[in-house]
Amino acid sequence: MADVPLPKEKWTGSIGELELGNSQDKGGSRRSVRLGGNRGMPFLSFEDGERRMIAMAGLVADSLDEVPQPVRDAFGDDAKDPVRWARTWAARGADLICLHLTSTNPEEGDASPESAADTVMAVLKAVDLPLIVYGSGHEEKDSKVLEKVGERARGERLLLGHAEESAYKSVAAAAMANGHAVIGFSNLDINLAKQIVILLTDFGLGKGDIVIDPLMAALGMGLEYSYSVNERIRISALSGDNMLRVPMICDCTSAWKAREATDDVPHAGDTLERGVWWEATTALAALLSGADILVLGHPEAMELARMAVSDLGGEN
Amino acid sequence: MATAIEIFKHLPKKNCGECKYPTCLAFAMQLANNKAKLDDCPHMSEAGRNALASSSAPPIRLVRIGTGRNTVDMGDETELYRHDKRFFHPTAFALRVSDDLSIEELEKKVDHARSLHFERVGQVLKLDIVEVECRSGDGVKYVQTLEHVSKLVDWPLVLRCRDPVIMSAAANRMRERRPLLHGADPDNIKEMVATSKSSGCPLVLCSDDLGKLTDMVEVARKEGVEDLVLDPMPGNMKDMLERCTVIRRSAIRKTFRGLGYPIYLGMPVGKNGMLMALTAVMKYGSLLSFEEMPSSQALPLLVLRQNIYTDPQVPIQVKPYLYPVNNPGPDAPILFTTNFSLTYFTVLSDIEKSKVPVWLQVVDTEGLSVLTAYSAGKLTADSVRNALEASGANGRSNRGMLVIPGMVARMSVKLNESTGLQIVVGPKESSALPKFLRSMN
Repeated sequence: MADVPLPKEKWTGSIGELELGNSQDKGGSRRSVRLGGNRGMPFLSFEDGERRMIAMAGLVADSLDEVPQPVRDAFGDDAKDPVRWARTWAARGADLICLHLTSTNPEEGDASPESAADTVMAVLKAVDLPLIVYGSGHEEKDSKVLEKVGERARGERLLLGHAEESAYKSVAAAAMANGHAVIGFSNLDINLAKQIVILLTDFGLGKGDIVIDPLMAALGMGLEYSYSVNERIRISALSGDNMLRVPMICDCTSAWKAREATDDVPHAGDTLERGVWWEATTALAALLSGADILVLGHPEAMELARMAVSDLGGEN
Repeated sequence: MATAIEIFKHLPKKNCGECKYPTCLAFAMQLANNKAKLDDCPHMSEAGRNALASSSAPPIRLVRIGTGRNTVDMGDETELYRHDKRFFHPTAFALRVSDDLSIEELEKKVDHARSLHFERVGQVLKLDIVEVECRSGDGVKYVQTLEHVSKLVDWPLVLRCRDPVIMSAAANRMRERRPLLHGADPDNIKEMVATSKSSGCPLVLCSDDLGKLTDMVEVARKEGVEDLVLDPMPGNMKDMLERCTVIRRSAIRKTFRGLGYPIYLGMPVGKNGMLMALTAVMKYGSLLSFEEMPSSQALPLLVLRQNIYTDPQVPIQVKPYLYPVNNPGPDAPILFTTNFSLTYFTVLSDIEKSKVPVWLQVVDTEGLSVLTAYSAGKLTADSVRNALEASGANGRSNRGMLVIPGMVARMSVKLNESTGLQIVVGPKESSALPKFLRSMN
């Protein structure tokens, strides 16, 4: 029989490891999740024999203003309370909670940093999963909110979102002072992704404290750009580019913003089912192009993503 | 594929220009990019031609099924990653029917396949192929079914049958439609190759062992059968991803001819099957065969294929048009953006979020984003005015106001002069639109 040699790429680098969530012996109160470490392109066991962890983060927000309706509906009344919402995710098998403190937005509720930090502490008390915490996307306010959250949750090793080229110092400082990790965001460009890691490491963060978010565009909304930017980032990292050797987070919840995901379209089936597949398809593109953390809104989309990771031989 | 310099070594170096390129090196560069043909050079030596012809044979063979206007091309891919150039031949989707279905069931299934037809950013998204499986074990019944399906739909066909006698009769009956034959296994390969040869129809080789597949390729090629497709028969998603990757990488990185063919994959039913299919669209599947295709999963699958097979150098463009967003009336303002789909979709979703009624004018910038288009001279006061005139925007909105992207604030004066509208400079980032629009009202 013909011999088919395995066409392995000659990678010289690997993705750095990162831990989220601290257990009691490390000064926290929760499970920890270890990510990264990959030595090959996603899910190719002939390049990297180890089963790699893909963490699934469930979206929780403390205000429903920006939460897509079908995602809200999936949690019913639980979505009105971030603590109950987070508990539901934990019961449904999420690895992480991704908490958006939307209520702090000065143009909406303008909740105080203190009350936002109270919410974070309540969620930390209610579930033993590691937390990703975002502000509201309002630059000035976020720096105050994340500073307060960082302090109060000291020792729990949160992942704080996010730092970007134009605004990274306050988030980075909040993380460094309290032992948290940071998401470095960039807008669909490998060079910008590298730039934010350089800025954060120059500021003093270790590479083991950084996760990059190169912006996951949803299916039908530019998914192909993200797919290729992610692949290029992963290939550069494996080829030895030191600044890109960090785990990657892909937020797939933007899938619900695509009209085609949930609009009535003749012959395109049930709108909720289609929406769930829209998010799951976005998640699958993220997985195959290099994601280490997926943020998902709908629990059924998370089930599909989990099924995919398990079918591909990964761990979750 | 050889590099331009390697190709150049074999060219006559006369720089005669008869190939329509100024120099032999320029011609070599076109050849390396598949943009010129070797035959365009009238002064090629025989030795040079032979050296280049073998090295320029595509690493993955192009296999065509169907005839006339209804064909599906598979293979002829040159990249592992779409960002290196592009993926050329979109994964084809086949829905499977079988000869044990009643006429009603058969027609219902074919109708369902046909109903999955969508238009999106100027392209038609649909299934491509009907696969007809022989389950009855009855050759006469199988051919009858094939003939009935042929009348129902003019799409290319896959004949799925492992019995070499039935396949031979069926293939010769259907040969004018050039169906794909599925398929040969190590037991029936001799007969199947003979049928492929006599009917001229391409053949799928099936084995879950890539070494055996390579052997089967060798058997077929010895008989002169070259239009081959490989079915690596994965039992799960991991095997599929790995086998497809090994096949694609061997063909492209190692120019391993024994695996240089398109890939056929049969999808299991259920959610796992759809997850496999989505994976196969991204990772090297050429033809996917489905036993069922739930409507709610079809559109995500078709859109994923459209996204992944987009040429990274030619952005998807939306139609220049005046789009009503949030039910605008005559008092709603006009905003404009470019026809780059990503820009348009982002702006659209942010306007929708604001819930403020707006007329959104899309200006043809050849698919460039706002700042790039402006820098390249594709977004000018004149092109905006022309777009507004062509869409009759001023008849729809009487507010006399045009909101322009903050990135091109410097166009304000010229735009005011050419359109006569009051120019309001909008935010630089689309994400600031909801707040901006709400404050405007």
